[in-house]
Amino acid sequence: MRWKRINLVVGASIVVLVIVTALVSFVWTPYDPQQISSTERLLGVGENGHLLGTDQFGRDVLSQIMVGSQTALFVGILAVGIAVVIGIPLGGLAAARRGWTEEGIMRLSDVIYAFPPVLLAILLVAAVSPGIGPAMVAIGIAYVPIVARVTRGAALSVFELDYVAAARTYGRRKAYIFFRHVLPNIASVLIVQVTVLFALAILAEAALSFLGIGAQPPRPSWGRSLRDAQTFIQLSPRLAVWPGLAIAFTVLGFNLLGDGLRDALDPRLEVRRT
Amino acid sequence: MYLVRRLGVFLFSVVVASGLVFSVMSILPGDPAQVMLGTQATPESVAALRTELGLDRPMPIQYFDWLSGVVRGDLGTSIFSGQDIAAQIAARLRVTMPLAVMAMTMTILLAFPAGVYSASRHRRLGDTVVTTLSQIGLAIPAFWAGLILVTVFAVGRGWFPANGFPGWDSVGQALRALFLPALSLAIVQGAIITRYVRSAVLDTMREDYIRTARAKGLSRSAALWRHGLRNAAIPVLTILGLQFAALLAGTVVIETVFVLPGLGSMLLQAITRRDLLLVQGGAFVIVAFILTINLLVDLTYRFVDPRVARR
Repeated sequence: MRWKRINLVVGASIVVLVIVTALVSFVWTPYDPQQISSTERLLGVGENGHLLGTDQFGRDVLSQIMVGSQTALFVGILAVGIAVVIGIPLGGLAAARRGWTEEGIMRLSDVIYAFPPVLLAILLVAAVSPGIGPAMVAIGIAYVPIVARVTRGAALSVFELDYVAAARTYGRRKAYIFFRHVLPNIASVLIVQVTVLFALAILAEAALSFLGIGAQPPRPSWGRSLRDAQTFIQLSPRLAVWPGLAIAFTVLGFNLLGDGLRDALDPRLEVRRT
Repeated sequence: MYLVRRLGVFLFSVVVASGLVFSVMSILPGDPAQVMLGTQATPESVAALRTELGLDRPMPIQYFDWLSGVVRGDLGTSIFSGQDIAAQIAARLRVTMPLAVMAMTMTILLAFPAGVYSASRHRRLGDTVVTTLSQIGLAIPAFWAGLILVTVFAVGRGWFPANGFPGWDSVGQALRALFLPALSLAIVQGAIITRYVRSAVLDTMREDYIRTARAKGLSRSAALWRHGLRNAAIPVLTILGLQFAALLAGTVVIETVFVLPGLGSMLLQAITRRDLLLVQGGAFVIVAFILTINLLVDLTYRFVDPRVARR
């Protein structure tokens, strides 16, 4: 089997597994993830029927990790959604209009690109209050320039094609041409970008929750679990292992899926990359 | 001409960035004075603080006041400590900047040999091992790498301090305290840069001048070392500059893991203490620094590769 297929298959399998875990956790987890038990604190792997042990409050670690996948995917979907909903029209507008409009949009993108997601989140949280909402908005806005830039780059070449010129002679408006003719032709590039951004959004959410400005209790989050684990790192280092592995595993899945999709949807890139 | 235009874009970007930072803190719902004093504050104390901070004046005037202060190096006074914000930021940068530079040095030391080795063993076992490791490195959150490094090398072996910073009185102790935080950042950044180095070297090895060098009798590795690496370094230089900006953002999180008194931990403390002016000043300094790095990368790129200017 060729490498590009392996990336695609392994990446898609991991992503499907995470999605299924998140869906299953809505209806079933081995234990109640919020159930505190003073007699079952810091149990080891497999003790008393807890497959991954328990945390400092006696809560089942596996159940928390399962429910944490909901937060990771939820933030990924909404943050990347914000980036896509704002970034694609902006990139399309820049490619369609050119001139000062393009210059203005691209320069503004450069400025926003200078704001890392963590910094944007700090600004938002300082102005409102910590929570998953400001975190998602901050991550989404931080990724708008990436989506806008990729959309513009891909759309510029499509706008030069004959069938777009033909649509223009029909008197179609540029916005119509972009959404009807250009967007479907650059969808593969955007799908790959969205997959990679999803991985970055999960990492960003974990970082923000770790800092205490993302998901707030009682909402379970892998980043928040790591924040709690840090306090008990000397007593029970394994508490820092499982949530970290969950993040790395999920991000690896989306990255591999992105690489696999890139190779499958645009074989020219694959030839250049190898 | 290019230099003037690029500097113009830079100044425009800095002004827009300052406007964005100011707007986020000012336009979003909620009264900053109320946020600073908390929900228990009386209306009189809120009104007094609004007057003290100049929040009762029109927004554009507040902005231009703040911006003119920024130009003079005056970012205001912290509402919590009463100290000069610019001085506080300068003190914090004495930890954040060495940490970022140390992390970037480690990144280069990890990524260049790994990327070149991977490209030189293209489609062989060594290449597969390096690309797999870099893929894993990309998926690891830097703060998790930090926690694991603390567990193994600080708590387990006691080779490095688990947290804290002793100050620069003893350079050796200071560098020891920054070693694990820098390594945590370098593991992730190194994975990213390794991929770029590998790709750049592979691209370069397909160039005509490498074929000519090989035709003259040079071995593949001799052609790579004598002609390939210098050319491959040009695109990697751009990425290194951009990644330095990402690394600076990464320090915010890493400083929390290792309890370092840097700019990131200052921002997080400022949020807890509702010190909005300090958040505003610190955030602006980080963004201005990132924009400056982008400017330097663009200018350096044209300097080391004159073909860019000709194109």
